[in-house]
Formats: sequence, C-alpha cells, structure tokens
Amino acid sequence: MDLSVRIGSLTLKNPVVAASGCFGYGVEYADVVDLSSLGAIVSKGLFLAPREGHPAPRIVETPAGMINAIGLQGIGARRFVDEKLPELRARGATVIVNVCGTTLDEYVDVSRVVSDADGVAAIELNISCPNIKEGGIQFGCSLSGTFDVVSAVRKATRLPVIPKLTPNVTDVASFARAAEDAGADAVSLVNTFLAMAIDVETRRPKISNVVGGLSGPAIRPIAVRMVWECRQTVKIPIFGMGGIADARDALEFLIAGADAVQIGTANFVDPFVWPKVIDGIRAYMDRHAIARVADLVGSMDAREHAADPT
Amino acid sequence: MPIDVPARVLANRRLSDDYNVLALDAPAIAAATEPGQFVMLKPRAGCDPLLRRPFSVFEVLRDDRGAAAAITILSKRVGPSTQAIFDALPGRRVDCLGPLGRPFTPVNPPSEAWMIAGGVGLAPFATLAQALRARGASTTLFYGARRAAELFYLDFFRALGVDLVLTTEDGSAGERGRIVAPLERRLAERSASAPVMLYACGPEPMLDAVARTAARHSRPCQISVERIMGCGLGGCYSCVVPMRGDDGAVHNVRSCIAGPVLVADRVVWE
Repeated sequence: MDLSVRIGSLTLKNPVVAASGCFGYGVEYADVVDLSSLGAIVSKGLFLAPREGHPAPRIVETPAGMINAIGLQGIGARRFVDEKLPELRARGATVIVNVCGTTLDEYVDVSRVVSDADGVAAIELNISCPNIKEGGIQFGCSLSGTFDVVSAVRKATRLPVIPKLTPNVTDVASFARAAEDAGADAVSLVNTFLAMAIDVETRRPKISNVVGGLSGPAIRPIAVRMVWECRQTVKIPIFGMGGIADARDALEFLIAGADAVQIGTANFVDPFVWPKVIDGIRAYMDRHAIARVADLVGSMDAREHAADPT
Repeated sequence: MPIDVPARVLANRRLSDDYNVLALDAPAIAAATEPGQFVMLKPRAGCDPLLRRPFSVFEVLRDDRGAAAAITILSKRVGPSTQAIFDALPGRRVDCLGPLGRPFTPVNPPSEAWMIAGGVGLAPFATLAQALRARGASTTLFYGARRAAELFYLDFFRALGVDLVLTTEDGSAGERGRIVAPLERRLAERSASAPVMLYACGPEPMLDAVARTAARHSRPCQISVERIMGCGLGGCYSCVVPMRGDDGAVHNVRSCIAGPVLVADRVVWE
C-alpha cells in the first residue's frame, strides 16, 4: 500500500500534515507524537524578526469551531533555524516552514534564510493570515499580489513553494491559478475564515483583536467545496484543510481533490489524532482495495444522481 | 510525558450550587502529578464545546496500599464544560490529558509557606499543602471566598496542620473583605529575616494584588494563572501571559508550558 505523496521535487511519506499555527514549532509535540510518522509538519508562521502577537484573549469557541487572533507571535526565521530545526531534523520530521512577510522583500529574505538551512523540505507562503494588517493578506487578496510574491520567492529558492490561500475571496480558484502561473509547486487551502463573536452582556468583542479566523469542523464543508473548485482549475498538488478531525474527514478532502491534508484545530482537542487518521486512511484503502493514495485524489464520482430504479 | 485516558467518573460531590469535586479514574496521571500541574478535560464528546478545558489537579487519591489511584478536580460551574462537569454521573468517561505544565516549587524549613487562594483558586493547594507538610514546612492558607458556604475543604487543611486565615466578601466567615488585607498585615508584622514563600491562585485582580504585596515586602511569590487555553501543550499560543524576560523586554509567554506556575514579579499585568 502506497501512501506517499509527491509535491514537486518532494515526496511525503503519507498525506497527513500538521497545519501551521496549530503545532507550535513541532518540538512541543515531540513527546506525544512520533514526528517522523507524519507526512510533514508546517511550522508556525515566521517573519525575519521575532513578534509578540496580540494580547489575550486570543481565542474564543464558537459552535463546532473556534476563532483565533494570535497575531503571528513567533521567534523569527533565524532563531527557528538555530533553535528548533536541529531537534526536528534529529527526530526525522519532514519540515515545511511557513514563511511570512510584511513586504515582498521580507518574503524573499525569510525564504532565503530557511532555504540556506539544513533540513527544510519546502516553503509554505503565508499570504492569508486574516489577523494582522501587514500579514500578507494584502498579497493574498489580490491576484497580482499573489502572482508577484510567488514569483519572487520562486526565484529565490530551490525548495518547493506552496502558497497558502485565503478563503476570504469570491473565487479562490482564480488565486490558485495565479499561484500556479507564478510557478508554485502546490497550494494550501484554506486558511481561516474571517469571523467575530461578541459578548452580549458586556457588548465587548470576545477576542482582543475584535476579528479573527474561524477554524474547526464548522468550516469543513466550505473548505471541501473550495478544494474541489481548485482541483477543477489547477494541475499542481493541493494541501486541503479545514476542520479535519478524523480519517473520514481527511478522505473527503482527498476525494474532493486534495493530494494531502493538513490538520490543525483537531490537534488541540486530541494531540493523539495523528496515528488515528493515518491508520484510518490505510484501513479505508484496504477495505476499498486502493493500492495508492494518489488514486483517491479527485476521485469523486460527480455523475448526476441516477433515478432510483425501484 | 502527558498521557490521555478516557477516565471513568468515580464520584461527583456537589459542594454547593456551583462547585463540585469530580473524581476521575486516572492512576497513571495521578502517580505522575506534581502540585500545581493541570489536566485538560473534555467532559462532553463531540463539537460543542469543541475544545478541552484546563483544570488544576485538586487531590491525588490513593488506594489502601498508598498507591496513586485517581485524581479529583475542583470545578465552578460557569459555562457549558463546567456544567457538564457539574452534571457528570459516576461511570461516565471524561477524556483526561495530563499531567501538564510546570508545578510549584515547595519550600523546605525553615522557610514558611503561605498559600493565598481566591474562590476556585483553592484547587492547586490541596496537593501543595501535602507536599509542604511532608517536608515539615510551616504552612498557612489564606483563603477568600464570597461567603462562608463557599469556603471548602477547611477540615482537610486543618487535618494537615495548615493554619487558616479566612475572609468572605459578606463577612459570613472570617474577616469581611478580600484576602489580600490580612496577607498584607501578616507580612508587615513579620521579621524580614524570617523566610516566607508565597503561593497564590485565584482571579487575576487578586493575583495582581498579591504580586504587588509580595514585591512591596520583598517576598518571593509563585502564582498559578488561568488563561483561556486551547491545547495545553504549547501548540496554539492562546494562553499567553506578558512577562518581563532576562533581556528586560516584555514577551508573551505560553502559560501552559512555561506555567501555569509563574514567578510573580516577572508577570506584567495588563
């Protein structure tokens, strides 16, 4: 049984990946998860300089989901390379670094820093964080901005480049197309949905940033639809994500057209979710006599529902 | 290394209309827990509420041979998760991840230990009191609540030989007012050469006040904070507390892994 996934020049051992911002720098989970058992882990978003992020409260729960506005707190790309990467390498993790920038030049500079480091497998370009004004969303919400930042980073690194797309646009597939045209090796989708929640007793917003990004099972059907739309539009691989909590959820994304999936919020609820999802995919493939996980990708049977013969 | 078990509810003791003590069958967690550590509980399966909630380990229950057998948590009903904990019937399963976080550092004699608890902030002090008394440290519990009926487990602490200083907001037991007032007086009376370690847990305004009082009297103070927490393992960066670092700058520190027990004079209260 072949669970491997090809993303440009990179081969992942399986399609189950830890999503950025939901797995710390990976080292936090080294005691509870065999990091080498995951397809990859995506680091927290990294700028050149450290950032402290937003004040608390930074999260609030909503029905079947949560809204977060962490504000991309992070240690910066160089400290990540110096302090976190060696342990990740020693533990056999496949590391994708989530690269942030406030300017096009910063995306390029951060990409160079991580490209020069030993043990980075790919770059995920964060052009979709909804929570900070200068967090790249200005690139991710414009087709030309998406094209420009992907092109610039594409020229600066040999690593696979994977822009992470925002769902907070009318037509996410056109952004996937812009990324593909600019030389992206794959796309990740979706980042969180811009959202807010208010305490009606105090009339105060429930998180300090007022607005934040909605994640969790609540967004899953919308994310599946967006992955499916992008699969119709681009040929490059897709990392699908949005509310995946078990193997069936992951399979739904694969069948919709994702080549691999990322899990975020579910890891907060159950940090032992990883082997359950990987084993569940394997059991499904066994049950359905599917030899290669790649054969599942985009395999939705979209024929019109036949009339019930009875 | 934390473990996750579907812990069976052994008992649910209602202490008042809002407070209860839930006993969970989690021997491996019980055996590994140090005073001040916490567990992440998911009292209801499914998506609403979605996330786990952090609770200090209140007691470590032992079997006839003295082996750790179960933990209890002290909960105050404020939202859907604590409602589920209030309603949990024996035999139900509650996903329980732990033990997590950095514990208190108990002092040894001749240092005295003064524990300051506000309301449900009593939770980490049962196990800490046991550890302190096992070391022979003279231990005092300053314990404030809204009213007499919300001062719990007093006999438990008395049986350990812990001195009690009580306050209630309505004056129905102990001194009327907030717990920081008697703490301030006792510290003022105390010779500066007699070492005292302060430990505090409770609402943030109380922790702020205790931290200021400790600083004014040049006493070391360990506080246990409770922030809105997403994962308990350092993954989500939700539960941060602003703290002054060795570089003099203020950094947002994850209270789940750097805490929940923090050095009080480093915390920068908003």
